[in-house]
Amino acid sequence: MENRILKIEDFSAGYGNLTILKNINLEISKNKITAIMGPSGCGKTTLIRCINRMHELKKDAFHYGKIYLENENIFNMNPVILRRKVGMVFQKPNPFPHMSIYENVLAGYLINGIKLKKAEKDIIVEETLKKVALWDEVKDKLYLRGTYLSGGQQQRLCIARTLALKPEILLLDEPTSSLDPKSTFEIERLLEKLKENLTIIIVTHNISQASRISDYVAFLYLGELVEFGKSEKVFTSPTNKKTEEYLSGKFG
Amino acid sequence: MKIFKDRIFKFLIIIFTIISILPLFFIFFIILKKGLSVINLNFLLSLPKPPGETGGGILNAIVGTFLLIFIASLISIPLGIFLGIFLYEYKKRKIGEICYIFIDVLQGIPSIVIGIVAYIWIVKKMGHFSAFSGGFALFLILLPIVIKSTKETLDMIPFDLIETSLSLGITYPRTILKVVLPCGMSGMMSGILVGIGRISGETAPLLFTAFGSPFLNLNILKPISSLPHLIFTYTMSPYDDWHRQAWGCALLLIMIILSLNIISKIIVKKWKIEF
Repeated sequence: MENRILKIEDFSAGYGNLTILKNINLEISKNKITAIMGPSGCGKTTLIRCINRMHELKKDAFHYGKIYLENENIFNMNPVILRRKVGMVFQKPNPFPHMSIYENVLAGYLINGIKLKKAEKDIIVEETLKKVALWDEVKDKLYLRGTYLSGGQQQRLCIARTLALKPEILLLDEPTSSLDPKSTFEIERLLEKLKENLTIIIVTHNISQASRISDYVAFLYLGELVEFGKSEKVFTSPTNKKTEEYLSGKFG
Repeated sequence: MKIFKDRIFKFLIIIFTIISILPLFFIFFIILKKGLSVINLNFLLSLPKPPGETGGGILNAIVGTFLLIFIASLISIPLGIFLGIFLYEYKKRKIGEICYIFIDVLQGIPSIVIGIVAYIWIVKKMGHFSAFSGGFALFLILLPIVIKSTKETLDMIPFDLIETSLSLGITYPRTILKVVLPCGMSGMMSGILVGIGRISGETAPLLFTAFGSPFLNLNILKPISSLPHLIFTYTMSPYDDWHRQAWGCALLLIMIILSLNIISKIIVKKWKIEF
């Protein structure tokens, strides 16, 4: 595959006695949107949590196999450095409640004690908020708490907070599942713009969303990768029976 | 029938509420009645007269109370927050659970026993009563309150917030210091203020540690007076004027504790962080 940024090799993961992901092999292309789909409990979230090593924070978590970020095994990297390269946005919008909008965008720098000049800060905040199309809405109220914004705005603020660190990969865990249709649409439009400079992996329950925005689709079922390919192909003529059933709404 | 039952229940609730609040109003009433006439600027700003003479004030006790609170807070607030974070970190492990039980036990020790312990540990070793030993006794009472309020506040902070911070490539210690602690600040502050309110009214542990003194004293190695202790000695004395002053002292003490409680409520309201 041309321009591969991430390679998942013979990867299994789970908690305690429970194996959630079974022997996953997957390659992610650079500057594309890859959607991960599948019924509840199939391990979608676990998979992307493994990519920035958030999975290992949970109690009794284990994993086998390798994940390469540009030929470097992430399990040999410092997780703190990895997480700056592989950013994550969660299901529920969660700006830091004790920080202003301005500080929230810079949270990755401020909390880590990375010193920036005022002018540099202003530039990062403005650029990042423009990227997520939030600048015009909040430029006059940058010093209000982040939680003051609406749900959709909060989620875009959270994406901005991750983007401010200039990651190579952006992981999104059902980022629009708690948002209204208009905010969902805005975020989808935003992701299509962002992929010019960024690789995006999105977990979604929403089949039409995946078909609208993704270039590649991975379909997980009971912890196994049953189908992976270009979106046009998977959505029109899936090879696996389970994928076909899921896409036609027979289960989910 | 249902409406009838509803009414009976409502009636009972009102009756019981009145019964439980009534004593508080009586206490306020009697203290205000007897104490309000005593309090004036001279009472607050002058030192006691020798026994038997009328007049004089309670400046020594006011200064003493604040000094004792200051000593106790200086040790127990940083230590208590530190231990609270430790317990929060270790809550799922045996050692954390055992420590929590010990802290519960420490909180349950009667204050007079803590006074005796401070007497044996410090007063006997130093050979004399001192403000420091009184502050130490109050520290032992304040410490478990600070620890528990810190831990319980931190427990309420959603794990999502910690995960979010880690996912931004922020190290764990910084996450605790810069995300978890600031978010729990209002709860911790209000716990500390309620704790200070509690120790400012303690008498028993001061009887044989701070001991009391009629002089204005800022030296922590010398005996010192305090409001509750002054109430105790003045009430036990045979002088009418001192009895009167004890009421004034009681009113002042209640005002201090009440305002601490009100301030803590305001802090919680103002600084409350919505998740």
